[in-house]
Amino acid sequence: MGEMIKMVVVLTVLSIVSGGSLSGLKVFTEPKIENQVMNLVKGPAIRQILEAADNDPVEDRFKITDGEEERNIFVGVFDGTADTVVVESSANGYGGKIGMVVAINMVEEKLRGVAVTTHTETPGLGANAKSDPTFAAQFTGKSITDSFGVTTDGGQISALSGATITSRAVATGVNQAVETYKELKPQLEEQINSMGK
Amino acid sequence: MAKSIASEFTKGLWNEVPPFRLVLGLCPVLGVTTSMKNGIGMGLATTFVLLCSNVLVSLLRKVIPAKVRIACFIIIIATFVIVVEQMMAAFAYGLFLDLGVFIPLIVVNCIVLGRAEAFASKNGVFKSTADGLGIGLGFTWALGLLGAVRELIGTGSLKGDVFGMITWDFQNIFGAAFEPLGFAVQAPGAFVILGLLLCAMNLIPSK
Repeated sequence: MGEMIKMVVVLTVLSIVSGGSLSGLKVFTEPKIENQVMNLVKGPAIRQILEAADNDPVEDRFKITDGEEERNIFVGVFDGTADTVVVESSANGYGGKIGMVVAINMVEEKLRGVAVTTHTETPGLGANAKSDPTFAAQFTGKSITDSFGVTTDGGQISALSGATITSRAVATGVNQAVETYKELKPQLEEQINSMGK
Repeated sequence: MAKSIASEFTKGLWNEVPPFRLVLGLCPVLGVTTSMKNGIGMGLATTFVLLCSNVLVSLLRKVIPAKVRIACFIIIIATFVIVVEQMMAAFAYGLFLDLGVFIPLIVVNCIVLGRAEAFASKNGVFKSTADGLGIGLGFTWALGLLGAVRELIGTGSLKGDVFGMITWDFQNIFGAAFEPLGFAVQAPGAFVILGLLLCAMNLIPSK
């Protein structure tokens, strides 16, 4: 019986110490990791799709609460007006979650650009969603009133060859981003106005 | 107890260098050694986990009940693996992306659990520290060597850095006419080159 109690106590204490120190570590590393992701993955992707913007969209970002989630929203200024927002979204691809950023022109209600940020798709096939610019370019300029889909499903986006699942996931992700944008639009406009740009 | 602390340290560097002599922990050895930089990064991450878990297991060896020792070791190892993963994501994000799933997999690296079970749980703190450090650095040079060979044959160049502190950049070591053999950096090439290195190691007799 004594040994039994000792086992339970040792395992419990170990787990508590381990869990406690890890949550402490998370508090310390979380902002740093977010910065790294912002600088090295999302930042370049966002700057690329908003290349013509007058501001730095990565710097002009704010957080908005959507239900339980906090979302990063990036604002792009074109010709003196802050008319573009970038929404993040993700969808399940062939090898896991595909993260992407979707830029929406709020005045014309059109997509200004789409870029894949994080993914674990097959190199040479699905990974082309990120590396082949012609794929993502298909979204640019499309109106957000219709939802997007690949041509095999009757949509308007031609899939990457050999990577229909990935292409479908990107279309789904874009649809989700548009959905989020439509839901949050009043809040977004308010926030952008308060930024005074 | 004739063996000194120094010999516990040096055995890991040569006589018991894990991938070549013990042929243990081959999953990361084959998986991440596409370049010298990744090999060394992975090796150092494993060294950190090995060192910390060896020290802690050795300190707690009298407290941990024998029946649940493996569970205790795994909790300790897993904790340090998460520490490595988080720190790497925070400070060396590029390496973190390159190593990907292999960082969390350090937890099932049999070298780490093997040293905890076979050595640290039976020896004192100083010996365990020396053992962890030696085996870890042995693992690091083995991965670095395999990575360097694969990178050299696969791309003809060596380029990289260790956490931004040491950098190296040798372009076209075999001259511009060298045609890189892409096979070497693909998965089958890992097996072939590991086999050749094992063969070379066996030609050099261990004492």
